[in-house]
Amino acid sequence: MTLHPILAALRKHKAGVVLIAMQIALTLAIVCNAVFIIGQRIERVNRPTGLDESNLFLVTQQWVGAPGEDVPGGVDKLDAMQLEDLAALRQLPDVVSVAPINSLPLLDSSWNGAIASKPGDTRGGGKSVTRTTYYFSDDQMLPTLGVRLVAGRAFNAGDVGHQGFRDQRDPDIAILTKALADKLFPDGAVGKAVYLNGGNKPVTVIGVVERMQVPYAGGGDEVAWNSTLIPTRLNANFARYAVRTKPGRLDEVMRAVMPALYKVNPMRVLDDDSVRSFTEIRDKAYRADLGMAILMGVVCLILLCVTAAGIVGLTSFWVGQRHRQIGVRRALGARKIDILHYFQIENLLIAGTGVVIGVLLAVGLNQWLMSHYEMTRIPVLYVLTGVLAMLAIGQAAVFVPARRASNVAPVVATRAV
Amino acid sequence: MFAYYLELALRSLRRSPGLTALMVLAIGFGVAASMTTYSVFRAVSGDPIPWKSAQLFVPQVDNWGPKDRDPDGEPPSAMSYLDATTLMRDHRAKRQSAMYQISPSVVPTQAGKHPLNVTGHAVYSEFFPMLDVPFLYGNGWSAQDDAQRAAVAVISSKLNEKLFGNVDSVGRTVNIEGRDYRVVGVLDHWNPQPRFYDVTNTGGFSENVEDVFLPFERAISVGLPNNGNTNCNATPKESGFVGLQHSECVWIAYMAELDDAAAVSAYRQYLDAYAKNQQKAGRFGWAPNNRLRDLPDYLEQQQVVPRDTKVSLLVALGLLLVCLVNTVGLLLAKFLRRSGEIGVRRALGAPRKAIYLQFLTEAGMVGAAGGVLGLLLTGVGVASVGLVLPKSISDLARLDLSLLVITLLVAVLATLLAGLYPTFRASRVQPAWQLKSN
Repeated sequence: MTLHPILAALRKHKAGVVLIAMQIALTLAIVCNAVFIIGQRIERVNRPTGLDESNLFLVTQQWVGAPGEDVPGGVDKLDAMQLEDLAALRQLPDVVSVAPINSLPLLDSSWNGAIASKPGDTRGGGKSVTRTTYYFSDDQMLPTLGVRLVAGRAFNAGDVGHQGFRDQRDPDIAILTKALADKLFPDGAVGKAVYLNGGNKPVTVIGVVERMQVPYAGGGDEVAWNSTLIPTRLNANFARYAVRTKPGRLDEVMRAVMPALYKVNPMRVLDDDSVRSFTEIRDKAYRADLGMAILMGVVCLILLCVTAAGIVGLTSFWVGQRHRQIGVRRALGARKIDILHYFQIENLLIAGTGVVIGVLLAVGLNQWLMSHYEMTRIPVLYVLTGVLAMLAIGQAAVFVPARRASNVAPVVATRAV
Repeated sequence: MFAYYLELALRSLRRSPGLTALMVLAIGFGVAASMTTYSVFRAVSGDPIPWKSAQLFVPQVDNWGPKDRDPDGEPPSAMSYLDATTLMRDHRAKRQSAMYQISPSVVPTQAGKHPLNVTGHAVYSEFFPMLDVPFLYGNGWSAQDDAQRAAVAVISSKLNEKLFGNVDSVGRTVNIEGRDYRVVGVLDHWNPQPRFYDVTNTGGFSENVEDVFLPFERAISVGLPNNGNTNCNATPKESGFVGLQHSECVWIAYMAELDDAAAVSAYRQYLDAYAKNQQKAGRFGWAPNNRLRDLPDYLEQQQVVPRDTKVSLLVALGLLLVCLVNTVGLLLAKFLRRSGEIGVRRALGAPRKAIYLQFLTEAGMVGAAGGVLGLLLTGVGVASVGLVLPKSISDLARLDLSLLVITLLVAVLATLLAGLYPTFRASRVQPAWQLKSN
């Protein structure tokens, strides 16, 4: 089949053709970019924390009338209270292990600083210094969180100290995540010294763990794994405990926590959010990301439907308008399949023009988003998939009216309109 | 005549129900999707105190210097204890308050009830009149209470209900962090979003209701520690909460009320003079680098609006645009199909104006139907936003009268706009040509 008659016919419906092409172009540009954004959000939500997230929960509690850290002997009293709680939790049935910890990945409560391989370095912007999040815990941390040690050794009971929450003393030893260790010491970190927050005290790296995400969910990949683990119990008027239970016993243990802690000391705050499973923490951290992705996804779906509906509508109109011409062609010997192909090829031509413009628009929109909203460049794969999808939608949308056209009987040609 | 056009439009729409349904559905969904995302956007980017935001200012003092500044030269977004208390003492604005977030425990008086944890702020007395905080019972405390570090408290209606039942509790005693405070006021459901007076410590949107307000200096003197963000450019030399107060760490929010341009420029000069003095005294080794932004500017600068809401609004507007293009195409098809009818009308003497009126009426009718469908779908959309978005944001997205009106208007206007070109084409139909060809 030659293209010439199709092109000639299109010239008669300039407005309709331009409108469909424009609609396809706009849809392609918007959907490509929106799907790209959705993809990025989903990628972020799916980042592993490095923890074994099942059978893990967190207790956050606050003592009432506890001594302040500034009061003499206050820190020691607070530490004794924390040890009592830990002992009570460790005795609960079905509990595997318990560790005090200042925060957890995705909890959005963090203690951040700078870590360097040279003394006195804070934010020089060099390779020897980077941002990090501190996790303060004890020797039970790795088994409780399910974080895997890949080099060196874990903390033992003798390493663990305690200090006031606002006491900024540097520790003697620390464990780094692999991401952080590789950044600071490409040739192995165990045994090397790091310096915290621009200080001059060497802190020896005794081990490296595979992965542990920082508490804030929104961080980019360059900071998301920069965690430093410190063997210190922090003492304040509140404390957090991470608890790992035997498989399948999470709910039972979570229910048993409140009575057990009240039994140790009733003068404390434990409310609805005090005992939260890690699944809940994860859901809360990513709710906004997922919600926006869903909202945008629904809008995209509607967009595609509207465009498909538009193509169906306009093609139906053209079929109705050319009823007689189709009849004439059929009477002159065109087969049904020829008529079907005619409309399919016509749609391919229009959609093809549309997607060419659409690709340009998509790239332009992406550039604009990059300059205004910290977006990254859209990968070619997204655009290509979009192009194929638009062409497929065009073909799918045109099929019904085109088949109706192919069913026009040749006898129509002989009837008066 | 208009009634006649309405009847004509109705008849024409009924003649091709498929095409009509397509148009109405496209407009309905397009408008609903845009309006739903717009309601979320409006909720998060709205002015939390529109009648006064132009008079509220957030001063920033650069106590860190060029070494620890952000690359764009922006000074820290919160204040150190030293700067905040000095600014309070100097008292140069009409009203002002330093504030920091607290998270104390409250022990109910009834026996057998467990203690509860509340969040709130330590503020100065001028906080309440400055922000027009509504009271259910009583009032804020006085400047004298500030100075005397009086043990007084303002509590939320929610906490009031929890502790005292729904009664006027002014004068009663509440136990906060082991100490007794006299209730002087009960707030009347005050929970502004974003939490504009302390963006640094709340990140803008917060699910918690503020339950307790205590005098700033009282909270400091009893060592009620801050809960929220503390940013330091160097490790504090002393430990504990007292050490924090003596450090250059920033953790205090500050707001000042300045009524006119003269007051603003006077306050600006005051800030610069203050920084110069600190430079002279040797505390700052750099020239003054202060900021004094009004509330809308400050919220913009702090990027309180989640980035994704803007992008999704853009996507939704894009959808509306595509729906428009779609409607143009479908209306064009619909109108030109009736070239014969137009030809007859024109030949019988109808002027172009009449054709315009007839077809725009039809377009408007499609728009109105789309708008009604859009309204229903917007209702569904706004209701289901709560299923996917965090409560702190979705609670703000509401279907109110203004959103209803905007939805209908957008639908009708957009469709009329889309109808312009098809109507223009319809009015250009040559009567003679149409009559001949038939």
